[in-house]
Amino acid sequence: MLLAKGAEAHLYKEAWYSKEIIRKQRVKKDYRVIELDKTLRVTRTVREANLLRNAKRAGVPTPIVYEIDKHETSLIMEFIEGRRLKEVLDTIDPEKRKVISRQIGILIGRLHKHNLIHGDLTTSNMILTETGKIYLIDFGLGYNSTSVEDKAVDLHLLKRALESTHYKFVEEIFREIIKGYREEASSVLTKEVHDRMKSIRKRGRYLRMSGGG
Amino acid sequence: MLCIGLEGTAHTLGIGVIDSDGKIYANIRSEYVPKSGGIHPREAAQHHGVVLATKLQEALEKSSLTFKDIELIAFSRGPGLGPCLRVTATAARALALLLDIPLVGVNHCVAHIELGRLVTGFKDPLVVYVSGGNTIVSAYEAGKYRVFGETLDIALGNMLDTFARAAGMPHPGGPKIEKLAKNDSAEFISLPYSVKGMDLSFSGLLTAAVNTLKKGVQLEDLCFSLQEVSFAMLTEVTERALAHTEKPEVLLTGGVAANKRLQEMLQIISHEHDALFGAVSQDLAGDNGVMIGWTGLIQFIQGDILDIESSQILPKWGLSAFEFTRT
Repeated sequence: MLLAKGAEAHLYKEAWYSKEIIRKQRVKKDYRVIELDKTLRVTRTVREANLLRNAKRAGVPTPIVYEIDKHETSLIMEFIEGRRLKEVLDTIDPEKRKVISRQIGILIGRLHKHNLIHGDLTTSNMILTETGKIYLIDFGLGYNSTSVEDKAVDLHLLKRALESTHYKFVEEIFREIIKGYREEASSVLTKEVHDRMKSIRKRGRYLRMSGGG
Repeated sequence: MLCIGLEGTAHTLGIGVIDSDGKIYANIRSEYVPKSGGIHPREAAQHHGVVLATKLQEALEKSSLTFKDIELIAFSRGPGLGPCLRVTATAARALALLLDIPLVGVNHCVAHIELGRLVTGFKDPLVVYVSGGNTIVSAYEAGKYRVFGETLDIALGNMLDTFARAAGMPHPGGPKIEKLAKNDSAEFISLPYSVKGMDLSFSGLLTAAVNTLKKGVQLEDLCFSLQEVSFAMLTEVTERALAHTEKPEVLLTGGVAANKRLQEMLQIISHEHDALFGAVSQDLAGDNGVMIGWTGLIQFIQGDILDIESSQILPKWGLSAFEFTRT
């Protein structure tokens, strides 16, 4: 069953050896040349599987990867029952929102402590289960990096995403995220990343844009 | 109501005459072309200052109008290069005082989009604005144009221009790259592809392309690959924004909007998401005074008028920093 049709991949919910699984199929994009298309799809499929495993090892809940198919550029992985945070974050009670935001920060801090960059942190890519556990999904744009800049960009992009989807609560949510991040990562790393993030915002084109041709 | 719009954020001095029904009377443009290298802000400003008076006269003659017919002055208040902005702002203030008519300060980026909406008839598009100074994927939501994706370093047009210069192609480089790239037997050369979340980075791609050029590959192949990689990056981000916002239209504007290959790529994803696609024609997609005039009229109707005393330029005035009610 086609569950979701993303810009990059299609998600299918299927049975696989009597298990309920998600098949993430990276689809061919007709707008780009075949060479580029194939390279992007294969590298992203393999990289995503590695990142999902490494994040899990670091203690961040992610779906288990059961199978990698390079030829079909698809991943077969665990189905996580729950709701996307995008749909719940604006409507839950404020105290709960705080707790969840803090938990998001802890998970990101954990990723960054292990030099894992998610690459597309949005509340669409976070699933809240019945038991209150948050899963991070879709590491399709993730990569490994030790650099403060990359970690700061990761957080910067999250804030940007919050600004467009949860603009009513963005400041509160982000404050809690940083609190959680600090709990998990060292205070040195937190400060470095947070400071760099602010400077990225300043250098951001939306503040500094020059007009032209 | 008739408005003169003065554009002067970068290379181009633009004078546009337009009325509140959207009828365009004149679109006069004069571009500063550097003798070598990139844009020099002071020289560009000097160019604008030198040609402004004659171009203004030309615009009125083209419109068969006199100053007496003009009821509003609008100018590009930012974002842009300070020295250039100051020239047009000064001219705008002088005209407003001399003719005793209201003055409106316009955001350059908003103006590109609003004129794009006028000429395509699109009501609520996802906007792809690509030029020498900007690379922005944006849509209007709750009072302003929100930025969904943008470049983290240089603009796509700047990347193409700089590469063209490195390859010895004269200004403007973009169309020449497009011509060379349009070769059915061109071979794809792998170049770094850099999409970070919804944002883009072109500086690494530029460096890699210039280095590859020095190795002595076929220039046609490199131009082809450079376009393919950079446009695919932009198209990928646009498609994600389109999936996210579910807008019914995709509008391409800015100086790079004329590129047929970019149009083709965006057309494909628009079609896949059941959205209409429209690219603004070249004379109105590049920097021009008409877009400033048109947006000035929209702002004037909403009562957004500037006092001369507080009409200072805003060189870093971001797209999302301007709030207004869109009609």
